[in-house]
Amino acid sequence: MEFDPFVLSRIQFAANISFHILFPSITIGLCWFLVYFRIQYLRTNDKSWEYAYFSWVKIFALTFALGVVSGITMSFQFGTNWPGFMEKVGNIAGPLLGYEVLTAFFMEASFLGIMLFGKDRVSERVHLISTVLVAVGTTFSAFWILSLNSWMQTPAGYEIRDGIFYATDWWQIVFNPSFPYRMTHMLLASLLTSAFMIAGISAWRILRSKDGPSTWLLLRSSLIAAAVLTPTQILVGDLHGLNSLEHQPAKIAAVEAVWETGSGVPFTLLGMPNEETKTTDYAIKIPKLASLVLVHDAEGELPGLDQFEGEHPPVAAVFWSFRVMVGVGMLMLIMSWYGCWKLLRNSTFSKIYLTLLAPMAFSGWVAVLAGWYVTEIGRQPWVVYGLLRSRDVVAEHPPEILLGTLIGYLALYVFLLISYIGALAHLSSKPPRSGVVMHEYHLNNQGRS
Amino acid sequence: MEQFLPIAFMLVMGLALLIYVILDGYDLGVGMLLPFADDQQKDLMIASIGPFWDANETWIVLGVGVLLIAFPAAHGVILTSMYIPITIMLLGLILRGVAFDFRVKAGDARKERWNKIFFAGSVIASVSQGWMLGSYITGLQDNLTSILFSALISVTLPSLYVLLGAAWLMMKTEDELFNKALRWARLAIGPMGLGLLLVSIATPIVSASIAAKWFTMPNALGLLPIPLSCILIYGGLLWVLRRPDILNRGYAWTLFAGLVIICLMASLGLAYSLFPHIVIDRLTIWEAAAATESLEMIFYGVAVTLPAIIGYTIFVYKIFHGKVRELSYE
Repeated sequence: MEFDPFVLSRIQFAANISFHILFPSITIGLCWFLVYFRIQYLRTNDKSWEYAYFSWVKIFALTFALGVVSGITMSFQFGTNWPGFMEKVGNIAGPLLGYEVLTAFFMEASFLGIMLFGKDRVSERVHLISTVLVAVGTTFSAFWILSLNSWMQTPAGYEIRDGIFYATDWWQIVFNPSFPYRMTHMLLASLLTSAFMIAGISAWRILRSKDGPSTWLLLRSSLIAAAVLTPTQILVGDLHGLNSLEHQPAKIAAVEAVWETGSGVPFTLLGMPNEETKTTDYAIKIPKLASLVLVHDAEGELPGLDQFEGEHPPVAAVFWSFRVMVGVGMLMLIMSWYGCWKLLRNSTFSKIYLTLLAPMAFSGWVAVLAGWYVTEIGRQPWVVYGLLRSRDVVAEHPPEILLGTLIGYLALYVFLLISYIGALAHLSSKPPRSGVVMHEYHLNNQGRS
Repeated sequence: MEQFLPIAFMLVMGLALLIYVILDGYDLGVGMLLPFADDQQKDLMIASIGPFWDANETWIVLGVGVLLIAFPAAHGVILTSMYIPITIMLLGLILRGVAFDFRVKAGDARKERWNKIFFAGSVIASVSQGWMLGSYITGLQDNLTSILFSALISVTLPSLYVLLGAAWLMMKTEDELFNKALRWARLAIGPMGLGLLLVSIATPIVSASIAAKWFTMPNALGLLPIPLSCILIYGGLLWVLRRPDILNRGYAWTLFAGLVIICLMASLGLAYSLFPHIVIDRLTIWEAAAATESLEMIFYGVAVTLPAIIGYTIFVYKIFHGKVRELSYE
């Protein structure tokens, strides 16, 4: 069997980046929840908030460590597998990555030490400031890396001389056309991922009678946050899509499986995109909806895949990733609004609701991965959209070596993922710190704490 | 600016990698010593590096980051030719980095397994770093001498890390663990000195251009302080290791400081050997450098943030100054 080194390098990078994003997508958002818990404790002096903080700071630290080590791998793989990327685009990508290291990595890593171990060695104030600085650091980190990623999607502020990219306007590079949308979309995604993780694990603790007063505080605040954030995210996602239509029409044509350019384009709800026949098999279509959603006009014209022959991404992967992402988003909306409605009415949660909510702990992961597949597979065959092809920057390693390292990474990632979920289960099975189990009270009596 | 900026970034890169070797060196060293302690001591050893390891490891990201930002052409050459040792090192760093948390969060039944993984990860990372340093100095060749040389350094560098780790433990612990660390340091100093000596002899033999730089007059005279100070400090370390009463009175830091100076001298020597090449005999720093406007953009960032980073790193070390007590890994 012949392996293409390019395909192997792509699978390896996809595996690395997919594994990596699981963890920052929790920590970026979770850290702001921790800041909130800390402030609530200092404000109300209610021990439950402090317990909430300490139970989640453990999970934060574990998640952060996984994010750090899988991130280091990526910074090396730019060079080991994609040397052409840095040789051609290094003048632009380099400074953005550099600012991430300088303004984010050190700040996160240094103040995390104080956040985790410094409680008895520093004042409450310094401890709170450290927590805030870690949160700011993770957000800065997202800022720079998303700026670079967005630049690869919608390049601006550059010129090309002899095949090498040179910066001409840093402001345009950093704040390139898709950056504000992608940044907002990812920050909200991270807040939602952590909100549902908190809600899901709290539900699980209640079901297993491990719930203390802080479990209920956590469930309430995460559900309220999710109920507000989900519709906001849907709105921002829509704007992001419109931005992509303007700058990356091939991606949107793949997302909606629009094979031919035309007006009054129907929206394909589900179906099997078939690249050979250039049709979508078994399609369920809603007339004119795609035009209505994307151009805000039922008769609006949409560019189809026929305009991007040989320069559009694989259709089925992008089409399905998008639908998985939106599907999970809808599920998030239903679950959070139902939960908040119950909270508003002061009624109890049924066992069925809690049982459905528990696996939602990982719903953010599914949505984030699917969303990134839309945007990254959707950028192919380009590494820098419209300018530089992925195939032109790959390193020529022998395929058997690449296969070996790929298997090594995959085995390690599966092992670590199992260990991570195992550790989450272990940490979430501990009896409440307060020693008070709220379970009976909440499931059998009417009312809430 | 065109002349100056690549030199400035070479200095920043060298500084970052030197700090990395010292800081992550001691925590990798502690990791390699872990199996030789009992369970309670293991917890203390991990606690002594817990608040620091993550920031320590960030220095290698900065070092490689500067290589990537400032010298993109060299970045590709160096990293692709070290594909296998880098992959192995990364596997080691990953396992070690997560073991910190998993050993206390995956349940008591699995603690011993994660201790072993922590040890293995530390060894793997240290050995492969030694290999990478060796193949870098010999100009990324894969002939027999180069392989032997890399093998030599992949044994030497871990012994330096073990010594740094033992010195760190002597600063951070008391009584029984302190005495153990002293024994470890006495065991490690021999191999470390021998390694350092062999590397100093082997480097000019392996690389003709390095030999030419060191053994011509009058340069050789000017360079004399480097080997002399190393020998002097090494003697001092041997002496102080036989005086536990001094070390126990709060002077364990002298051991660590001595090692820092040896590392500093070694890196000055290395910088002199290589300059102005970034890939020896192949690419100079000016040939490999990124466009001046890109270097300028990041130079201002470095000028502002690097002092701040060093400032709050010192702040964190001050907060956690002193002997380590039992602390749970929250």
